[in-house]
Amino acid sequence: MQPEEIRQVLLDILARIVPDEDLSTLRDDVAFREQIELDSMDFLDIVMELRKQYRVQIPEEDYPNLATMGGAVTYLVPLMKDVKAPA
Amino acid sequence: MSHSVTPRERIVITGVGLTSPIGNCVSEFRESLLAGRSGVVVRETRYIGEVLAGVCNFDELRYQKRKEVRRGTRAGSISVYCANEAVRDSGLNWGEVPKDRVGVYLGITEHGNVETENEIFEISKFNYDTSVWSHHHNPRTVANNPAGEVTLSLGITGPHYTLGAACAAGNIGFIQGMQQLWLGDVDLAIVGGVSESIHTFGIFASFKSQGALATHPEPAKASRPFDKARNGIVVAEGGGICTLERLSDAERRGAKIYGEIVGYAINSDASDFVLPYAKRQAECMRKALQRAKLNPCDIDILNTHATATEQGDIGECQAVREVFGDCPNLAVNNTKSFIGHAMGAAGALELLGNIPGFQDGYAHATINLDDPDPACDCGAPQIVANQARQMGQVNYILNNSFGMLGINSVLIVRRFEP
Repeated sequence: MQPEEIRQVLLDILARIVPDEDLSTLRDDVAFREQIELDSMDFLDIVMELRKQYRVQIPEEDYPNLATMGGAVTYLVPLMKDVKAPA
Repeated sequence: MSHSVTPRERIVITGVGLTSPIGNCVSEFRESLLAGRSGVVVRETRYIGEVLAGVCNFDELRYQKRKEVRRGTRAGSISVYCANEAVRDSGLNWGEVPKDRVGVYLGITEHGNVETENEIFEISKFNYDTSVWSHHHNPRTVANNPAGEVTLSLGITGPHYTLGAACAAGNIGFIQGMQQLWLGDVDLAIVGGVSESIHTFGIFASFKSQGALATHPEPAKASRPFDKARNGIVVAEGGGICTLERLSDAERRGAKIYGEIVGYAINSDASDFVLPYAKRQAECMRKALQRAKLNPCDIDILNTHATATEQGDIGECQAVREVFGDCPNLAVNNTKSFIGHAMGAAGALELLGNIPGFQDGYAHATINLDDPDPACDCGAPQIVANQARQMGQVNYILNNSFGMLGINSVLIVRRFEP
């Protein structure tokens, strides 16, 4: 999966987790929590959805890498390089 | 042992919120009951396929964000909807209500089955890899969940908990709230019962294995208490929640009053896991009458618990006959014939479906009673069959709710007289 595809995957997950939020203006360099209502249980949903949908295992010590969209995409590129983008 | 009763403050119902398969507020619900409208439909259920169920269709997003609906449970959403509706209906200026003086007491038959079944279904798609088991499972399945979601929604900081009392639970939510008002623990009690049971296949499967799950080619005719052709329970979801206040508080603010709770009783059969015991049911009704200082023939409407099982209906009629057998004017009715068995919500919804009788003077019917079972004879009182009965003035309503493990609950509500 290419970085832009991973970004879309994350956006799709966020759309399910925080369905009341407008994600169209989400900035990649600012923490999710500063832009949208996203608490620790929601954050765990991102980890869970990646695990369920793409079998990506993210160890707890790596969670800080997922604080921003930009950081998350950079972190996930090597982990998801062999994963096919959703149809 | 002493049976002396200390005079206590009168407790009144000042706000009503509900969702049922035939209405999402008390007026809609009442209209459907008087019109004889069933809410039973065919529903697809995991593993089992098509079952008959009472399904609610309220607007979850009226009081919750989409994220809150996703985060919580169906029982939570039902509770949030009904509690907000009750508070709104009460006319309380919610912004000025001290939230630490409000308690939430909700009856449930069971809680957590839905979420547990969902998670097991999810991990089954991952070869039972428990690392995909949701972190939401625990907050969704703790037994206080439905009441807790109400406190989150309304900013209530007083006590909240649920009362697990099988299908007697709806009445017991009211009783608990009344007792907490008497104790002075709270000044406003948000009480009632809720059910999400149609979302668990296990409830249906267990009733089916027990030979107690209703079937009928026409869904509207499936729930038929007291009828010879009855063949079991139709499971329903729903919620009935009220605001209870001490009469002095309600009068001080000029509240609308639906009725006064004047009698109640809870007892246990101590006889069987599932089979009812008419003797204890009769004792429970007598205890409630005694507490209310009433004679049996003072009651105008008796709403039965009957779920359309063979033994349950006969047993309850035997108990009613024993206590009320000489009361020809008593109207005996049944709400499950319209909506099915709303489990933890049943007692509350069934009471709330009858309370408008204080205003309109009717006892709603028991529908689908085409061929009355002679074994379901109540003595002098007649079951209100198929057509609502004009009663003139209704002064007292008695509501029965019984549950597994032999728990019985009875509530008596009086037309409000200052």
